[in-house]
Amino acid sequence: MLSRTADNLYWIARYIERAETMARLLEVGSRIALLPSSGTGYRSEWDSLLQASGTAYGFSLKYGDPVQRNIESYLFFDRDNPSSVASCLFRARENARIVRTALTTQVWDALNTAFQELRELERTPRSELELSRLTEWTMRHAAMVRGAIDTTLLRNDGWDFLNLGYHLERADNTARLIDVKYYVLLPGIEYVGSGLDNYQWTTLLRAMSAHRAFHWAYGGEVTARKIAHFLILNPQCPRSLIACTQGMNAHLDRLARGYGRHTEAQKRARKVLAELADGTVESVFDEGMHEFLTRFIGEVAAIGALVHEDYLSGDVR
Amino acid sequence: MYQGGAVRPPYARLEDWTRAMPAEFRQMKQAEAEALFRRIGITFAVYGEGGDPDRLIPFDMFPRVFTNAEWTRLERGIKQRARALNAFLVDVYGRGEIVRAGRIPARLVYRNEAYEKAVAGFVPPKGVYSHIVGVDLVRTGPDEFFVLEDNCRTPSGVSYMLENREIMMRMFPDLFRNNRIEPVDRYPDLLRRTLASVAPVKCDSDPTIVILTPGHFNSAYYEHSFLADLMGVELVEGQDLFVEGEFVWMRTTEGPRKVDVIYRRIDDAYIDPLCFRPDSMLGIPGLMDVYRSGGVTICSAPGAGVADDKAVYTYVPEMVRFYLGEEPILQNVPTWQCGKDDDCKYVLENLAELVVKEVHGSGGYGMLVGPKSTKEQVASFAERIKADPGNYIAQPTLALSTVPTFVEQGVAPRHVDLRPYCLVGERIELVPGGLTRVALTDGSLVVNSSQGGGVKDTWVLAE
Repeated sequence: MLSRTADNLYWIARYIERAETMARLLEVGSRIALLPSSGTGYRSEWDSLLQASGTAYGFSLKYGDPVQRNIESYLFFDRDNPSSVASCLFRARENARIVRTALTTQVWDALNTAFQELRELERTPRSELELSRLTEWTMRHAAMVRGAIDTTLLRNDGWDFLNLGYHLERADNTARLIDVKYYVLLPGIEYVGSGLDNYQWTTLLRAMSAHRAFHWAYGGEVTARKIAHFLILNPQCPRSLIACTQGMNAHLDRLARGYGRHTEAQKRARKVLAELADGTVESVFDEGMHEFLTRFIGEVAAIGALVHEDYLSGDVR
Repeated sequence: MYQGGAVRPPYARLEDWTRAMPAEFRQMKQAEAEALFRRIGITFAVYGEGGDPDRLIPFDMFPRVFTNAEWTRLERGIKQRARALNAFLVDVYGRGEIVRAGRIPARLVYRNEAYEKAVAGFVPPKGVYSHIVGVDLVRTGPDEFFVLEDNCRTPSGVSYMLENREIMMRMFPDLFRNNRIEPVDRYPDLLRRTLASVAPVKCDSDPTIVILTPGHFNSAYYEHSFLADLMGVELVEGQDLFVEGEFVWMRTTEGPRKVDVIYRRIDDAYIDPLCFRPDSMLGIPGLMDVYRSGGVTICSAPGAGVADDKAVYTYVPEMVRFYLGEEPILQNVPTWQCGKDDDCKYVLENLAELVVKEVHGSGGYGMLVGPKSTKEQVASFAERIKADPGNYIAQPTLALSTVPTFVEQGVAPRHVDLRPYCLVGERIELVPGGLTRVALTDGSLVVNSSQGGGVKDTWVLAE
């Protein structure tokens, strides 16, 4: 397929996943804000959300102080923020319009419906819009797009590029979400294991729609160790780093088989998977959670760059 | 629709259909049609007007109907015209017999902005320059059709012909059961076959066809992707193609793939920055070299525009006689060329009764409809003509036929035109139908979608 088409498909998936993560982050933020404040107060919690989503600089330029209402607007509606839910959904839809021929009617319909409804939401007075309604709305539409892709799209290389986009973006986003909790949110090391600590972990699980699944998988007390294992090393958790890495590998392998050509992206993704498969919670904590996550995010970015070079740039010979 | 007070036969059944349709039902169906158009994303952006890029062209549910006999005659006329136009193009880029014979002034051809010196002496595969000829027609009487203009480059709108039909069939299946209507859905297959039949000489296998689009900001982008989808070919932008060695290649995830036939939807000026406009970001450097050496076919061929300019238009009946030795079946609208002194004098004296257009204008822009204009508008337009007479032509306002159209109060007559899409390759093909554009404002003669016109489904009844 055309490199440009593959690139568009890959980015449709990344944008949809990113929109969903933004909605999840907003949900985490609003839940944590309900908690009796600790340390420097609610301001720092919202601030850490902005840090985690990589939008703190843009926000401070536009609004200054992190006020909840402004943050909601900035992360959901603001088209000046390239990572806002609205920006992501509009770009996903625009990309889909460009590659209409590579999508089924159902996938186009799902994306276009989200776009049309979003334009409605934009016209609705903010006072009538509960944050929870917005986050649920986003997750529902992301699920509809993914469902349409899974059930109607031809299992060809285009499908692989879409799924590569999904897994890469999700791997990156999960790592960032854990990092918010672990590095940014908790005000000091003395809080580890405290009630606040556990509340925040539970909120994180909720934000990943995984707190029930977690209880089914582990049972008993909620501990940092169990949660770290669940979100990083447990392949049963669909958003865990290892599950996302497996996904990348599966689709890179399929592409290599289909095209009869192995790539650097494939090699690199295999290495990351091997490390996670051998990893233990201890090894992660020994390295330092933040350090481990930073390294992982770097690896994912490197795989992304190689995918671009190997398939999407159009310079393949 | 009416003839001597009675309903013209092809519309008889439709009259019953509208009578039986309550107003609420009609509104519901109209809303349904609009929702369908919006869902499939068939929208139209108007150049230079800003506003909603997802605007819909209004769709009128009342079909326009041709009897089989009417169509047969039209078809012969359209095909005749398409053959003559192509013969003209091959001639003026070759020996120029028609100019030597004094049947058309040399200046109109060789001084024409659209005349591409870069392809002089080159004969494209099968001698076809214009592979899709859109002939804009209006009707003034039972058997009287006039050609308003020819579109030899890249006539747009065919996606509306196909989608209008799809939507009508989906909303009113009974209509199609009770009337025998010729299908139009073969068009994409025929287009593909036409493009494949003009594969370049250096292509020795099944040709790879692509559609070249300026990109998704173009107002006709929907149509480009729609046609690519229905033909099963890639939709490419200039950046997806490059020239290497003797061929044109496209960038794919598996490496370069050779391209044989390019159905381009961008203007000559932009296709090759090395040959034409050096500032073009849309084109492919070196494309014209490959083209001239038989490595790729470009449809329509660069230079085809010289046949469809509004001044050359006057001579198309002459082309039919000169190349085909036949009498033209379709009439030209009498046209005065302001570039000629006598004509210009007449035009300026009778400006209030005439329609004046720019020679290279399109889309209903930069024109004057005399009878619909104020004295001031007429006077200021006269100044523009005097400043650059060669840039204008004038035509009488015709007594255009009207067809029934749904309006607020029910059904009312509105002016229409017709654009059929004639395919020219190894063979000449025409699907029975076309795009009917309708001027939705009462009394208006301007059907362009950029000026508030709408579209209709166009039926040709089977025998």
